[in-house]
Parts: sequence; C-alpha cells; structure tokens
Amino acid sequence: MCGNEALAEAAILAGCDAYFGYPITPQNEIPAYMSRRMPEEGRVFVQSESELAAINMVFGASATGKRAMTSSSSPGISLMQEGISYLAGAELPAVVVNITRGGPGLGNISPAQSDYFQATRGGGHGDYRTIVLAPSSVQEMVDCMLLAFDLADQYRMTVLVLADGILGQMMEPIVLEKKPSRELPPKDWALTGAKGREQNIIRSLWLGEGVLEKHNNKLKAKYEQVQENEVLCEQYEVDDAEIVVVAYGVTARIVRGAAAKAREEGIKVGWIRPITLWPFPTEQISKVANEFRIFLTVEMSAGQMVEDVKLAVAGKAPVVFYGRPGGSVPTVDELLDKIRQLTLRHEIKI
Amino acid sequence: MTADSFYEEIVIAGFGGQGIMLTGKLLAQTAMKAGKEVTYMPAYGAEVRGGTANCMVIIAEKAIVCPVVVRHDSLIVLNKASLNKFGPRLKNGGLLIMDSSLIDTEPQLDDSIEIIPIPANELAVELGSKKSANMVVLGAYLQKRGYLTADGAAQALPAVLARRYHKTLPVNTEALRRGAEFVKACCKV
Amino acid sequence: MKTVFKRTPTLKDCPTHYCPGCGHGTAHRLIAEIIDELGIHDRTIGIAPVGCAVLAYDYFDIDMTEVAHGRAPAVATGMKRTNPDKIIFSYQGDGDLAAIGTGEIIHAAHRGEQITVIFINNAVFGMTGGQMAPTTMLNQVTATTPKGRTRASEGYPLQVSELLALLPGAIYVERCALSTPAQIRKAKKAIKHAFELQTNNAKGLAFVELLCTCPIYWRMTPAESIEWIEKEMTKVFPLGCLKDTK
Repeated sequence: MCGNEALAEAAILAGCDAYFGYPITPQNEIPAYMSRRMPEEGRVFVQSESELAAINMVFGASATGKRAMTSSSSPGISLMQEGISYLAGAELPAVVVNITRGGPGLGNISPAQSDYFQATRGGGHGDYRTIVLAPSSVQEMVDCMLLAFDLADQYRMTVLVLADGILGQMMEPIVLEKKPSRELPPKDWALTGAKGREQNIIRSLWLGEGVLEKHNNKLKAKYEQVQENEVLCEQYEVDDAEIVVVAYGVTARIVRGAAAKAREEGIKVGWIRPITLWPFPTEQISKVANEFRIFLTVEMSAGQMVEDVKLAVAGKAPVVFYGRPGGSVPTVDELLDKIRQLTLRHEIKI
Repeated sequence: MTADSFYEEIVIAGFGGQGIMLTGKLLAQTAMKAGKEVTYMPAYGAEVRGGTANCMVIIAEKAIVCPVVVRHDSLIVLNKASLNKFGPRLKNGGLLIMDSSLIDTEPQLDDSIEIIPIPANELAVELGSKKSANMVVLGAYLQKRGYLTADGAAQALPAVLARRYHKTLPVNTEALRRGAEFVKACCKV
Repeated sequence: MKTVFKRTPTLKDCPTHYCPGCGHGTAHRLIAEIIDELGIHDRTIGIAPVGCAVLAYDYFDIDMTEVAHGRAPAVATGMKRTNPDKIIFSYQGDGDLAAIGTGEIIHAAHRGEQITVIFINNAVFGMTGGQMAPTTMLNQVTATTPKGRTRASEGYPLQVSELLALLPGAIYVERCALSTPAQIRKAKKAIKHAFELQTNNAKGLAFVELLCTCPIYWRMTPAESIEWIEKEMTKVFPLGCLKDTK
C-alpha cells in the first residue's frame, strides 16, 4: 500500500461517511482507492467536477452531521480555500488532505513544502484557523487520519493533513488498527430535519452590529483551546545540542539521517519535528532556545516555517534557514555539509 | 558489513510497460516478508509519461530515515536511456544488473562497479513470456546479493501482482529462478 | 367566521427584508405551502444562496443552511448522497446559479442528483446593487450596463432551463412566472411536482425557473414589473414545461 492508499484506508477506519474529490497528481491514488472501497462499505464516493464543488459537497455532508473528507494537491487546495473559509465560519468539521506539490501556479508535481503559509494561516479569507497535521511516514499518514476526524468533530474545525508527494507515493510497512476514539460532543447542531425541535441553521453570515465580532471571538477562544491542548511534536537529542534542526514531514526524516551522521562526527546536533504545524510547538521550541544554540530550519520551500521558528526563538538564538524550493528534495549529505558549515561559522566547539 | 548496518539502496529503471514498478514493489514486499525495514518510492505523474519508468527501493535492518535515493548501491536497468541516466549515480563498489538483450553498449563506469549483463529478454522469451524479463533481472539481483532469495520473491508475488494477472504466477516464478540460475552459472557465486 | 387565508406553518411569522413588489416573498410562500401540503417539514433541508435570499433561513421554519455563492448544488449533492431519506432543495438567484454557479448546477444535473432546485430569474443582481446578470435582457439598463446590455459586448441573455433540459440527468425542467395569479397557480403546481419527484425517489434533478420581479433595479413600479415579465421577459424566457420524463 502506498501512503495515499494507507491514508484512504485509515479514513475508512476512522468512520468517514463520504469522500468527495477531483483528480490531481500526486494524490490520485486516494480517489481511485475510495471509488472502490467506499461503495464496498456502503458509504459515499463522488468524483466532483472541480475542487470547488468537492469542498462544498464536504460542506453539505458535514452540515448533516456526517464525517466527510476531500483530498487534493496544492493547486486544488487553493481552489478549496473558499469552501474552507465557509466551513470555518459555519463551524463545520471537515478533513482535507493536501498531498503537496511544487508551486506557485501549476509548478510541478514533485514533493514540496511550499504550502505551509497557506495551511497554517487559515488560507482563505477571514479570521480563522485550521488544524494542520504533518505526518512524516506512511504509518503517520494513518495515525494522522484517525486523529484528524476526531479533532474535526471535537472542535468543529477543518483539519488539514499536509503531506507531500513522497509520502503519498512511497510504500512502507504499516499497522492499520482503530484506536479508541476521544469522547466527542453530540452533533445537536446538524441539519437532520426539524423534527420535534426548533430549526437548526448552519451559516457563516453574521450581520448586525457586533454580531460577527462576537462570533469571531468565540472562534478565537476555541482556537486558543486547540493551541493549549493539541500541540504535537517530537524532539531528539536536544538537551546537549549546539545545533537544533527544526523540520517537518519527509524533510524531518532526512534531517534525522543527517543529524545521526553529524553526531558520529562529534557535532552535537538535535532536532525538533513539529507534527502539528498549527498549533505550532512554539513553547517547545522557546523552552530550548538559548544563546548557546543555533537553530537550523530545513524546508522544501524558500522559507516559510522558519518564520514560526523565529517567532518561537524570539531572538534568544540565531535562526538559520536551509531550503530547497520548487520540488527539489535535500539530501542527507547536503544537510550534513550545511551543519558542518554552521559549526565553522559560529565556531561551535566540538 | 555487519548485519545491523545493512543498508541497500536500489534503483530499478526501464521503459514504461516493462513492469518496473511491479519489480520494485515485489522487491519491497519480499524484503518486508523477510522482516527487513523497507521503503518503496516510485517516480510518478508526468515524469513517467513518455516512456521511462523508475523506482527506488531501500532495504535495511534499522529504520530508514530518508526514502529518497540519490546515489544507489545497486542498479537494475532494462533500457539504454535508464543506464545513461542512473549509471553515473552508482556508488563505487556498486552493482549493475542490465538486460543485455536490450542494451548493446558497454557501460563506461568506475572499475569498482560490478556489471552483470544478462540476456533477460531472451531468457524470458524462451520461457514463453517476454513480459517476464523484469522477473529474470530481479532473480539475478537477488541471487547476486544473497540477502533475499528468488523463492522468497516468488512467494511474495501474489501480494503485489493484480489478481487478473495471477495466471502468470507460474511463468513469473520460473523467470525469477531462471535469473538466479543464470547468475549461479556465470558468476560462480 | 370562515378562515379564507392563513399563514402556512413552515413560513415564519415575521416580516421579510424584501423590497416592495419583489417576487421572493411569493416564491417563499409557495415553497412553504408545498412543504406543509406534502408533510415533509420534518425531513426537508433547504439551502439558501448568496443573493437577496441569503437570509431565507429567517423565513422558512425548517433546517437550513446558507452557502458560498453558486455552490448550492454541490452542497445539496453532499447532503443528499449522505442522506437519501431527506428532501433537499436549493433556492438560488440568477447571479448565484447562472453566473458563478454555472458549473455546479450543470454538473449536479449532469450527475442526476436527486435534488430540487428553485431558480429565481429576475434578470439582475439584486443584493449587490442591480448589476448585470447573465439573464439580463438586451438593452436592459443595469448598474454595470449603463447604456443597456448589448449583444456585442455582453452577449445574449443566458437560458439556463433550455441548457439543463438537454441533460439526461435533469428529469424535470419547467419555467414559470410569478406575475399574475393564474401564473402563480401554475408555478405552485410546478414546484410541487419538483418536490414530489424527490419524495417519490425519482432518479434525477428537478428544476423550476421562476421569472420574478425586481421593481427597484428594473426602475419600475411593481405593476409595471409584472407587465414587463409578461410582455418582455417571456419573449426571451418562454414559459412552459421543457422536460418531464416522469
């Protein structure tokens, strides 16, 4: 099973009632897999006429209380931003998968991490956030999907699973099993027909003086709760590290390889891997930021997450960036070189 | 090489339609069944249109950090274009398995690289299935490297071969063995 | 005393924000009456557009949502596919359905979604201030066609019903006018049929276009507006059933 198929099967395991999507490389295995498996499970699969339609089909299914998802790749996710903004305004749960590719524009189909800003800043118009999960292995593609549906339902938010073409295409051994679900609030807001109760209304329109402000403050309070409770990150050998590398997704794997080699050379390297890109592990990074360290952010972009790392480090240590934009993938040796250069430039004792 | 540090990076490349992806998947599946850590990474999308196909497989004892192969230990090629593209990226001391019935040139590579030309296409035609050349070269590779077996691959084959092709299981099993036997006979390993 | 006229329960007891002489009120009332007559209040979900009818959930006493401009048929698809037992309808204006949402309505019809679509055609964008719609008539003056719509620059009025009737997935397409009492009675029959197809589980999309007045942006009195529908609009948008496969 490739990463995309593993992710799709995990969605089924998570109780996804409906999948809506439109073809785009490199995520085509997801709709193909779903077109076969969802009907087998008596669930819904629709190939939409566009990403715009797909995200709005998700809106429709979600408004009735069903678990719904879509998947796409960067240009398609841009088209979905309208729908994601409406989902946020209407407080509807949804799971959106972005198997990213190089941009801007049609870019290319190589793996990239250049959608970080779009993913973590809301993406569409208005004052909102989406939860962003960044797996770094095929197993984590599975785990993130199981978590995504729960988070979406718990907070009535869009959860974006941000992976890249490598994770989508690659195969690795995985374990597929359902984990116990969190305790989730009842969907008493869902449109199920006003039978024996007052009508339910799902809307993102809040007219009248101060009404939208009140609504947005309610959203803000919810987002703060997410920041408080849902940050996920992994860190390794940071305690004695003189260089702390921050990377996510598949890049973090390459960093892991380079860090291990650097340690063999006696360079004290540790790494931090954000799993939730929003909420960002600001506190975790801030806690280890001090004047004796250098932070190196590695991304397959021209520099996006590095801004969040700088905010977290808050001037307490230098933050250096190394990136390969445009769908290029950094190699272990290239990162090792970068790490070696840092030890020279800052005269870190080995 | 100690068992714990075993780390083999393989690229398999050729024309679209030669079963390149299947060969990579089969190698990965065989290694997984044998309890190894493994990643399989295909070239995808527009990259594989226009005739060329390739995939990267990594097999190791410990968890694999980076699934992208830059310089490989072993290269299995089924056409000249792929040899030209991936040949120079072979590590020194690496292994090249090439289908000599489709590649008529002598590769210009570092002396430390071991080259095994195998007339895979001819052998497959002899078996009555010219589409099985990919299995012949894989059998040869497995025999040469020795950490997995052609029989192991034959057992893993049903899991990666689409059900509608299962009638070809016997001939493909035979092709895997033929590749292994070729290496046994010619390379005295 | 004999009651000869009363509010139908699905229509809420409140004043609407619609302008004097606007056709939306009539359209709302017809739909609400039909929901009550068919006894489907408990299982009907409505979808309001972006446009003057965006607040329709304030007037219909049923579960409702308001969605992005033009996307109602996609939202309806998501609802109906996951809830085949519910009655799903969208209520969309000409800016919403015939301009920005052309793709969504054509493909929902093309897939034969089992939904009911009520299309309000008043030949103009209302909510945003009377700009040209795809359905604006030739020579009609709007906020964005100050000298009147011309064929050379803006093209001909778009006939959505005729387009949809070509698609096998659209099983019922009828155009009515909310002008005279006789036409309104015909419109009610059509809307009812469009809902009944769905309650009877007919396999396809049911579509009713309603020619509707917009006196403010037509720069006319309500009475003149009704006359303009009858005399002018129906020339370009002829009334009648374009298709009924049931």
